[in-house]
Amino acid sequence: MNTLIVLQNGRVIDPANAVDRKADVWIQDGRITEAGSAIPPDAQVFNLEGKWVVPGLIDMHVHLREPGQEYKETVETGAQAAAAGGFTAVACMPNTNPINDSASVTRFILERAAGAAARIYPVGAISQGSNGAELAEYGEMKRAGVAALSDDGRPVVDSQLMRRAMEYASGYNLLVISHSEERSLSHNGSMNESVVSTRLGLKGIPNAAESIAVFREVALAELTGVPVHIAHVSTGDSVDIIRYAKSRGVRVTAETAPHYFTLTDAAVEGYNTNAKMSPPLRSESDRQKIRIALQDGTLDAIATDHAPHSILEKNVEFDHAANGIIGLETSLPLTLALVREGVISESRMVELMSVAPARILGVPGGSLAVGDVADVTVIDPERQFTYTKEMIVSKSANSPFIGWKLQGKAVLTLLGGRTTHNVL
Amino acid sequence: MTTGKSEYFFKHRHIFGIEQFSVEDIAHILSTARSFKEISERPIKKVPTLRGKTIINFFFESSTRTRLSFEIAAKRMSADTFNIAASTSSTTKGETLIDTARNLEAMRPDIIIIRHASSGAPLLLSRHVNASIINAGDGAHEHPSQGLLDMMTIIEHKGQMSGLIIAIVGDIAHSRVARSDIIGFTKLGATVRVAGPATFMPSGIEQLGAHVCSSVEEAVDGADVVMALRIQHERLKDPLIPSLREYSTFFGVNRKLLERAKADVLIMHPGPINRGVELSPDVADGPGSVIMDQVTNGVAVRMALLYLVLGGEKNSDG
Repeated sequence: MNTLIVLQNGRVIDPANAVDRKADVWIQDGRITEAGSAIPPDAQVFNLEGKWVVPGLIDMHVHLREPGQEYKETVETGAQAAAAGGFTAVACMPNTNPINDSASVTRFILERAAGAAARIYPVGAISQGSNGAELAEYGEMKRAGVAALSDDGRPVVDSQLMRRAMEYASGYNLLVISHSEERSLSHNGSMNESVVSTRLGLKGIPNAAESIAVFREVALAELTGVPVHIAHVSTGDSVDIIRYAKSRGVRVTAETAPHYFTLTDAAVEGYNTNAKMSPPLRSESDRQKIRIALQDGTLDAIATDHAPHSILEKNVEFDHAANGIIGLETSLPLTLALVREGVISESRMVELMSVAPARILGVPGGSLAVGDVADVTVIDPERQFTYTKEMIVSKSANSPFIGWKLQGKAVLTLLGGRTTHNVL
Repeated sequence: MTTGKSEYFFKHRHIFGIEQFSVEDIAHILSTARSFKEISERPIKKVPTLRGKTIINFFFESSTRTRLSFEIAAKRMSADTFNIAASTSSTTKGETLIDTARNLEAMRPDIIIIRHASSGAPLLLSRHVNASIINAGDGAHEHPSQGLLDMMTIIEHKGQMSGLIIAIVGDIAHSRVARSDIIGFTKLGATVRVAGPATFMPSGIEQLGAHVCSSVEEAVDGADVVMALRIQHERLKDPLIPSLREYSTFFGVNRKLLERAKADVLIMHPGPINRGVELSPDVADGPGSVIMDQVTNGVAVRMALLYLVLGGEKNSDG
């Protein structure tokens, strides 16, 4: 029997079990166990006075780059970055090289994930080679271990294929995650279409490029009765469409990323390629609407779209630069800012970052009930730090938040009772 | 020594766009350009001001006029100039802009003049080299020397910019000249109207100070200056306009249209002209046309920029 771990005196925020109070959490053999009356002398005790104890954070949208682009990130380094950011599980998108469109690639990723610092849930491709033409083998991939399906980064153009993908996936109980972008409209754009793009002379991407695709996905979800999940919502218009769809009973869930509720397209000034991502940073009004949607439940989850790139892809002309930023190590502090600003409550934050991702993906986690796997994140809401390039655990450093003063940090991450990160 | 008045100091080491300039900066550049203009009228068109300075013309897009204008400007000030075109540079061999820049830097140029299809490329270059960077046109961002020569030409003929009504007609969305002009003209107190098919109007252009007109007639009405922009043939495929013929019918600047403008209206064009498309031949060559003055002033403005980025009189030889 392993050593008993006691997380003492922390504020336990466990909305799945309607808990938000000072309590001790006991862990034995990798699972939450009933707290006893007296702590045995050989127990490993963490005094967590002033800290929050929450179910392990889950990021349902990351890019781990392995196989194929190991110079940017690997399953191992991505998992380490996740642990450092307080995450105990991540879902990794299939746009690797080769693309994860078959059981053999899925198995390869899961082999790399053995012993990693976070649970890895591979997401399989919707179409073979994400080419948007033929369905990939969902049954085989499901058996190999994919948690969901997406053609992230290469959105499905053909509406018929998307419909068939949703229907076919439902037979294997697999969720389709949509990167919602109408490519014929976003065509060659490299930032949000606005006065900023006009002044900088960059080709703009209008909000409508996202709205059109989001509307298609919810229309298809309504048609088929099958759930769909909208990835990285960036606009107020998408929020309105999702809210409307939910009011009609459509089975749609959605996520946004910290950069969309923190930054606007003003961050692109100076041709900052670390402010270039797909979808692009939007206007202040979009940012405000996303914050409200996180509060009122229109948006279900916060995911980072962690997208590591090296300077080879980022230290170039803006219109040639790759899309995406890393996010695993800044997601929690940026979300805690929403809590401090009164936009969301502490328990809502836990829902957005742990409970909902587990529920949407249908994976364990998001709960600290007795018997649950002991994936636990301990947060110091007061800890202040300046986010520097040197402290980044991810293999890449493409973040617009470098140099920012942040408050709140994961100080202890436990994966099945095993410590994967500890800066207590 | 301090005098009662604060001493003006041109503080820009790099020229990225008109946006970076104060009204005082623009006035200083133009007055420097005016003093240099006379050099081009001399029998021996050369002064030793930039002797021993190395200037590289780094052009990633084809250009005849601007490249030649910068080269003549540099040579009239005795600088050594070198031209690199995209087709002859290592960028076609897969070298990145920054690697190419570092290699150039290793040869210790004083100024790199860059034209590039990507907006922001001059700024990126400036972060990796010690040389002064002058933007000779980047994507749809800015073309500051063109903006300055346009201001110089207008002031030469009208005495000042303030209070003038200036109509810019054409593809505002894809034009770096339009951006530099709108920013510069409005800084100096002119009213700028823009007109063109709606597909040529970029998002939020009003916030840059331009008045968007619903027709070219409205834009030209009572105008002191009418500038026509070049229509790029590739815009037909984008698709932004159906045909050059239709464009010319509704937005071409011709004699009849100009009856609405002031009698002494100036006709300008950044070149090269598609005769009969954005500008009718009689207008291009007509009495109000100052298109060739623009070209002449281009050399003077570029001499001024080369001189000023290297520190002006503090650093000169003559």
